[in-house]
Amino acid sequence: MTTGPIKLCVAALGGQGGGVLTDWLIEIAEEEGYLAQSTSVPGVAQRTGATIYYLEFFPRAEAERAGREPIMALMPVPGDVDCVVASELVEAGRAIQRGLVDPEKTTLIASSHRSYSIFEKIALGQGAANEAELTELIRRQAKRLILFDMNAVAEQHHSVISSVLLGALCGSGVLPFRRQAFEAAIRKSGIAVETNLAAFADACRRAQEGEDPVSSDAASNSPAAGNAAGGIPAQARSPRLQPLLDRIRRLPEAAQATALEGARRAIDYQDPEYAALYLSRVERIGRLDASPWTLIEAVARSLALWMTFEDTIRVADLKTRATRFARVREEIRAEPDRLFGITEFMKPRVAEIAGTLPAAVGAWVLGSPRVSRWLGWATGGKRIRTNTVGGFLLLYTLGGLKRWRRGTHRYVEESSRIEDWLGRIERLAPGHYDLAVELARAQRLVKGYGETHERGWKSFTALLARVEALAARADGAAVLARLHEAALADEEGKTLAKELAALGGPE
Amino acid sequence: MAERSFAKEVKSLRLGAGAEFRGEGILAVTKALLQSGVAYVGGYQGAPISHLMDVLSDAEDILTELGVHFEASASEATAAATLAASINYPLRGAVTWKSTVGTNVASDALANLASAGVKGGALIIVGEDYGEGASIMQERTHAFAMKSQMWLLDPRPHLPEIVRAVEQAFELSEASNTPVMLMLRIRACHVYGRFTAKDNRRPAFSADDALNAPIRDYGRIILPPSTYAQEREKIQQRLPAAIRFIAERGLNDFIDGESDDVGIVLEGGLYNNVLRALQLVGLADTYGATKIPLYVLNATYPLVPGEWVRFCGGKRAVLVIEEGQPEFIEQAASQILRRHDIQARLLGKDMLPMHGEYTVDVIRKGLKEFIGHWAPELRREPRVAQVREAPLVPAERLAAVVPPRPSGLCTGCPERPFFSAMKLLQREIGPLHISADIGCHSFATLPPFNMGNSIMGYGLGPAGASAFHHEGERRAVSIMGDGGFWHNGLTSGIGNAVFNRHDDVTIIIDNNYSAATGGQDIPSSRGANEHRQGNNSIADAVRGVGVKWVRSTSTYDIPQTLKILREALTTPFKGPKVIVAEGECQLNRQRRVRPLMKKAIQEGKRVVRERFGVDPDTCTGDHSCIRLSGCPSLTIKKNPDPLRTDPVAHVDNSCVGCGVCGEVAHAAVLCPSFYRAELIYNPTRWDRLLARVRGAIIGTLQRRSERKRLRFAL
Repeated sequence: MTTGPIKLCVAALGGQGGGVLTDWLIEIAEEEGYLAQSTSVPGVAQRTGATIYYLEFFPRAEAERAGREPIMALMPVPGDVDCVVASELVEAGRAIQRGLVDPEKTTLIASSHRSYSIFEKIALGQGAANEAELTELIRRQAKRLILFDMNAVAEQHHSVISSVLLGALCGSGVLPFRRQAFEAAIRKSGIAVETNLAAFADACRRAQEGEDPVSSDAASNSPAAGNAAGGIPAQARSPRLQPLLDRIRRLPEAAQATALEGARRAIDYQDPEYAALYLSRVERIGRLDASPWTLIEAVARSLALWMTFEDTIRVADLKTRATRFARVREEIRAEPDRLFGITEFMKPRVAEIAGTLPAAVGAWVLGSPRVSRWLGWATGGKRIRTNTVGGFLLLYTLGGLKRWRRGTHRYVEESSRIEDWLGRIERLAPGHYDLAVELARAQRLVKGYGETHERGWKSFTALLARVEALAARADGAAVLARLHEAALADEEGKTLAKELAALGGPE
Repeated sequence: MAERSFAKEVKSLRLGAGAEFRGEGILAVTKALLQSGVAYVGGYQGAPISHLMDVLSDAEDILTELGVHFEASASEATAAATLAASINYPLRGAVTWKSTVGTNVASDALANLASAGVKGGALIIVGEDYGEGASIMQERTHAFAMKSQMWLLDPRPHLPEIVRAVEQAFELSEASNTPVMLMLRIRACHVYGRFTAKDNRRPAFSADDALNAPIRDYGRIILPPSTYAQEREKIQQRLPAAIRFIAERGLNDFIDGESDDVGIVLEGGLYNNVLRALQLVGLADTYGATKIPLYVLNATYPLVPGEWVRFCGGKRAVLVIEEGQPEFIEQAASQILRRHDIQARLLGKDMLPMHGEYTVDVIRKGLKEFIGHWAPELRREPRVAQVREAPLVPAERLAAVVPPRPSGLCTGCPERPFFSAMKLLQREIGPLHISADIGCHSFATLPPFNMGNSIMGYGLGPAGASAFHHEGERRAVSIMGDGGFWHNGLTSGIGNAVFNRHDDVTIIIDNNYSAATGGQDIPSSRGANEHRQGNNSIADAVRGVGVKWVRSTSTYDIPQTLKILREALTTPFKGPKVIVAEGECQLNRQRRVRPLMKKAIQEGKRVVRERFGVDPDTCTGDHSCIRLSGCPSLTIKKNPDPLRTDPVAHVDNSCVGCGVCGEVAHAAVLCPSFYRAELIYNPTRWDRLLARVRGAIIGTLQRRSERKRLRFAL
């Protein structure tokens, strides 16, 4: 009886070079005196879906001794695969789902980076898969695991992930082929040889060291990951702000980190006085709260975001900062001396323009259809070239209107909305603590611009309208939390409407 | 220009006798055709046989040298009709397509071809698009072979066998005056292997010979009384001849095993997987030596009664392993056995699933049951690790963290902005009935677009909306690609709409290629191809069949597309309204443009490369942009804002700067977070001067506000 062929399965995404990797492996196996067979089922999967490549290798010498050719299968069999190579984290999970990773037989070589599926990307909020959980399951299932961010390694060497996967395979030692053969295959393909070899070598080393970081990097880069709060400094960086810092330090510890971020944000958004207003609002809630201080923390977070609502002034301010120019340069991978231009895509509507006008004028504009229509001429898609003097000055001036922000129509409107919301929370806190917490959290629904902001505000007000009624129910907080999730379930608000209808009462 | 170049593979088509051919199964078929002295080849691309078409079109020179005529047929019907050349003349011809969809389209011509019968070998190579990776409804080609009396070969997925099958198919066809179908499953088409090549053969008889001495035989015409005679001939001569040939030439394999009272009959195409399954239950070794005798049907239609009687005679039970439904072979076999009073118990779909792909795992389970019942004495300890019945990791926990990954439109795809426009339009006017079609645009039926109420077949989008033609408020919308348009949509959809005075709206998405099948050229392709006549205007063709309301738009111009869509849906104009939405397939475009850009940059020419980005500090993580675009390069990343938890949108480095992000941000009142960066390579003196001046002014102002901010640092 023979040992049977070596069985290898590659799970890759369209465009990740799974085909190239397969060709390399065939090349290597044949050079090393093995009979090799590969096959795949690309089909429509080539278009951004996932493709499975399956290979089998059998020693030519053994076949010659037997005087017959081995029969090789055309698809992986659950429980009978020696090595699974997954070019992305969720694809590794999928390989396990297909039963391809056997705890007593299979070495799993996978990249810890994520390429998000459309289902994860279209969520109205947080839709990404839980990587920590997935990584733990992968670690449990594989007989041996080699897991690291192969995408990062590829980019670091200006190479492609297929050469990293090949390197990891070589380093893992699951294939009885010499390293020279691997390198020869890369050379023979004649494309980007140097960079591919560098990536290969790096990956090979990591695999030999049996790399398997409890993918802390993956976890922290993951959208699913929470935000770590920094420590609270004793001294404010500018002495005159020490009083603000002291007020923060007098807050319950649970809320200090968030409050500090909130205060910084308020200063960045407006000025220290604004941060003072923010803190006094937080303190108001603090007086009603007690350990474990869930309410004040939730309010500190939501309030900071709400008080720094994205008006045209804010956007213009952020768009014109030096730090932003630097970030763009980094994002687009422009070399230090590379010249580049930046074009913004903005579409102010009458609402945005009116929002930036003095309160009375803004109200008059929005109140008068004729003026709105007339102003309409100024609206519509604008392309602003921020790197030109004209374009920059336009945004810079707009950002400069900050000093008059407190007089703008939008500011006045938002302030009264905030006060109303805080008032409700204060009224609920004593008797209906949990409901108050959920109401504080529900502010998350109000975000974005234009239609997005209107949709969020609509959902939020729908929730507000129910709060009083919910206060009468024992499970009020749970229901509000459910409504909050429902509002994020779909764009058309169908789910929320259904939930509200189920509750009955006001529409 | 196809998505993939086969320049390298084409060389192996020249290999002579004794040389070793290495490559994909479908390429081995191509080589086998040349070795068989084929005179003409045609076909229509589609997975899994696209590569056969691609290789041939890259191999025009070799074909010309050999005197082989190759056509990228307009449709499978065209390809099938091409085989008419083999009716009257000893010309060997081969055609290929994706089955069963292609066979459906071809069956009119096929039925007539099969009735008339052939003098020269006529071979139909079908890629059986069944099971994992298939993109069509799940059916069997087998039925077509039976209904038209054509023979069906299903060889072992092993290159030497596949090549031999091609050569034998021509001989079988000639020996029985009947067209022969050679069926290859998806994995067999893509399987890499080797075989020893033979020299290519020039066709013995050429099209010229035929045209110089035309042969006419009324007996080959599809009209009575010939048709009656042809049916008789099918049964009395061709079928017996075929059965004789299959038996005498030993097309099917008999593999002996220890046991003599049970046996397994299987389709050749399943051989490797069945052997692996046998191995896993400990009844075969790596080299295919088996305990249970096997009868391998490399010819699955017609069956050879004598062989069945010989194999099943004296056995207690025989298991038929036949993929797909209905179980034609099992049915035919039971009739044979009954007629010959063979008492062996016939098992098949009662041990194996009636439907679905026969994976090794499925076959293994069936085998276990068969052996348990009928040959318990054969049961032994398997030599290979068993699958654990209960996986270590709980399936439901896994399912929660492994999101599905449906296919979608590629990065920068020109069809994306069109469907974004459609989505915006439906927000304005409410949902529409959309009759979808086959092509990349069928991905619009998936998230994030979720558009399309039915798909009736290639080029049949507009036809699929015919019944909705009425004088009501709302108009039906149908979609069709340029591929489907030239395949049949011009007549079945547009012509039909004109003739029947339809009032609805048809969108023809023109991406310049048959993109979904691998970017092959079609009549309206703009790219230069010295062997084809491209650049035929779709709009002209549409006007030519009588459409009065025709508009064209660039898909990347969303506002204009929206304007035209609104007009089409609201105009008082009565009659079909056709919109040609044009934008070149980005895969092909990048392949064309990238090298040129590289070259220009190396030559020191001034080049501007655009790409998009998102400002994470203005993005609030609602992802409306993604729901309107779904571009693979538009993804998400952790929110850098310590107070926010929802991930922000992010444009990764695969962005090709197609411009849709900006268009969408404008067309939908989205958010101001998108920016376009224009990177300048080899800037002029003027560029540098301008940049210095701007940098100075902007820099000063930025430093000023930076200083202000630093005054208040908490």
